Amino acid sequence: MTNDLARWQFATTSIYHFLFVPVTIGLAFLVAILQTAWYRNGKPEYRRVTRFFGTLLLINVAVGVVTGLVQEFEFGMNWSTYSRFVGDVFGAPLAMEGLAAFFLESTFLGLWLFGWDRLPRRVHLFCIWMVALGSMLSALFILAANSWMQHPVGYKLNGAGQPVLNNIGALFTNPTFLWGYVHVILASLVTGSLVMLSVSAWHLRKRREARAFALTARVSVLVLLPAILIQMFVGNKLGEIEATYQPAKIAAAEAQWNNCQPCSFSIFQIGGGNNDQTPTQIIEIPHLLSVLATGTWNGSVEGLNELQSQYQKKYGPGNYIPDVFIQYWSMRVMAYLGALIMLLALWGGWLVHKGTLDRSKWFLRFGLWAVVTPFLMNTAGWLLTESGRQPWIVQGLLKTINANSPSVTQTDIWISLITFVVIYIALGAADLVLMLRYGRRDLDQEDGPGAGAGTAAPAAPALTY
Amino acid sequence: MQLHTIWFVIIAIFWVGFFVLEGFDFGVGMLHTIVGKTDIERRVALNTIGPFWDGNEVWLVVAGAGTFAAFPGWYATMFSALYLAFLLTLVALIARGVAFEFKGKSQNPRWQNTWKWCTTIGSLLIPLLLGVGLGDLLVGLPINQNHDYTGNFFDLLTPYGIWTGLTLVGLCLLHGATFLKLKTTDVVRERSRTVAKPLGLAAIALVIGHVIWTRVVANGADVPEPVQILAVIAVIFAARLAISDQYDGAAFAASVVAIAATVGSIFIDLYPRVMVSSTNTAYNLTVNNSASGSYALKVMTVAAVIFFPLVLLYQGWSLHVFRARVKTPTAPDAAQASSPPPSATTTP
Repeated sequence: MTNDLARWQFATTSIYHFLFVPVTIGLAFLVAILQTAWYRNGKPEYRRVTRFFGTLLLINVAVGVVTGLVQEFEFGMNWSTYSRFVGDVFGAPLAMEGLAAFFLESTFLGLWLFGWDRLPRRVHLFCIWMVALGSMLSALFILAANSWMQHPVGYKLNGAGQPVLNNIGALFTNPTFLWGYVHVILASLVTGSLVMLSVSAWHLRKRREARAFALTARVSVLVLLPAILIQMFVGNKLGEIEATYQPAKIAAAEAQWNNCQPCSFSIFQIGGGNNDQTPTQIIEIPHLLSVLATGTWNGSVEGLNELQSQYQKKYGPGNYIPDVFIQYWSMRVMAYLGALIMLLALWGGWLVHKGTLDRSKWFLRFGLWAVVTPFLMNTAGWLLTESGRQPWIVQGLLKTINANSPSVTQTDIWISLITFVVIYIALGAADLVLMLRYGRRDLDQEDGPGAGAGTAAPAAPALTY
Repeated sequence: MQLHTIWFVIIAIFWVGFFVLEGFDFGVGMLHTIVGKTDIERRVALNTIGPFWDGNEVWLVVAGAGTFAAFPGWYATMFSALYLAFLLTLVALIARGVAFEFKGKSQNPRWQNTWKWCTTIGSLLIPLLLGVGLGDLLVGLPINQNHDYTGNFFDLLTPYGIWTGLTLVGLCLLHGATFLKLKTTDVVRERSRTVAKPLGLAAIALVIGHVIWTRVVANGADVPEPVQILAVIAVIFAARLAISDQYDGAAFAASVVAIAATVGSIFIDLYPRVMVSSTNTAYNLTVNNSASGSYALKVMTVAAVIFFPLVLLYQGWSLHVFRARVKTPTAPDAAQASSPPPSATTTP
């Protein structure tokens, strides 16, 4: 029970945290692009949209940062056995994340926010790029750590059976990491550009500031389109990697209980819970699972029953099959939403090409509401990754059931779980209110702060808070 | 020096850096409703720390993550033992962190009031709770042979720990006052000087008490360490200079030294232990029995040597860029400043 509660808490807080992370990474990059365009062409509307989306970025970063603190502490608080066991390897990328990424991101965010009018234009532009770089670097280090849990590399076992780091380079060339990192960055660009598209579409539908928001709508589509197209390829590749190192994860994602060759992919199924080995699969696409899991037309995929008996031989008795229901449906939610986003992006790209993006009623309507999809897609993706690793907390080395803190009681975790849920709901409500309010606000006027940055002597910086 | 000793020093530096930097913005957070009677004045106070607080907070994150990497055993025992204390700290960090960004984003008085109190109470709770935690490392907690905590929440509230927490709160308040005196003008600066008088006296009493109590707890030499004498001298200087009409920079420098020496002294007395077991000294966590392997420590050292000087460089640059005092806008400006977009002026 204590273990289950600790898992619920980690799942809740990290899923919540990752609602904000991709917005931060994506929007920081997009705001940096807008500001770069302003730096180069000096047109006032570019400055105004930079400030507008910069405000949305800041609101979002505030929540992303504080919910990240919870994650940083939670390893030790709820998972002390895990922390003691893996710290030698897992701690290094985490500490590097703080040193190399968090300092960079937060210091330059302060410089950027308070530096309008104070810093020369070129230096101020440099600051937003450092924020964007910092946010992407933090994803790099944390994914190197997470990928090690999926596919441990670069270590040897010491006398006590604990993993000890012996090759740091291996952590950063781990195939699970390389493909997983690109996957997360692209998902963040998709998320950020859909947020920007949604806000722009809202204003365009109201016909307010049409010139400025037509610009941001175009920019968001031009980032979204390549990101989602490359993502389809990268996601597929990551699936192959996971099928190699964590075959149960992928077999469960297709509810594939028995070995198959070639293997088909079902569009939907009825039934298919953990004990239902014969679900009714509706519309099967031949060969697709073989292609997804192995990259070959006739590749074979080992079924869960086969994997279970192999693992029992290797690791002793136990259940080595992840939750099939979660795997099967999170895979489909992620993939289908990704496909819908790709269609929207292709449609948007075609409208940009025709030059009618800002006037297409239907596209703007879809674009406005499409903002919901990346959050569902990202959450489904993480469920697929993390639930698919179970029963392991570190694949093949430590089981989740043995990893929590022995000194922490059930009451402790109830208290903290309820506290976090209550606070996160309040935080989410405040964030939503602000995002909606500032997303629907008019742009700053021409003479607002930042109008003369770098052109006049630094005077009159704003009381920003 | 052995690698695990170097890493003990690095982690001590992270904690010292955290309290030196975030210490002044805790102080400003606690004092902003006292030195600011109007909304504009309170905003002036908060804007002195505006560009810095987020970067300052990262020092706490690297103290935690650095402990995880270099001393997994220490990290695991400390964070699981101080479970509810860290939970409260996180709540305070969350409330205070979003309060800065959220408060000015709506003119609704209830909204503004809520975030104002989040800033004030959060700024008080964090140094208090972390101070209790640091004190507990030295005075000892019930820890068994598996290095697991065996007490409950109330066992964390050791008298020495509480005194350490109060001392850090007192030092943060004084540190905030000297920072405000250095970074503001006119009425906000005057009020910072006024409030510094009782705060300075309290801080002196707390620090002297802490030095004596630490001698008792540390059961080593009865003579105070040089760093503790330094802490006492520095806090007296800080208290005296804080009420003067000049020496703003020197007063701030003195409170930097006072807070650094106080936090540093805890770690000096702790070494080579990292967490004392009150159950049995044989169960103490030490730099030896809780450290990572030498390869991991070497990797971390290389990372620290590359990134840490860069961090100091750009954080220093940020302090330099925003070195000007934040000036309270005059009446016509103030009317304008109360509605977005706000504006204010600064003088170099």
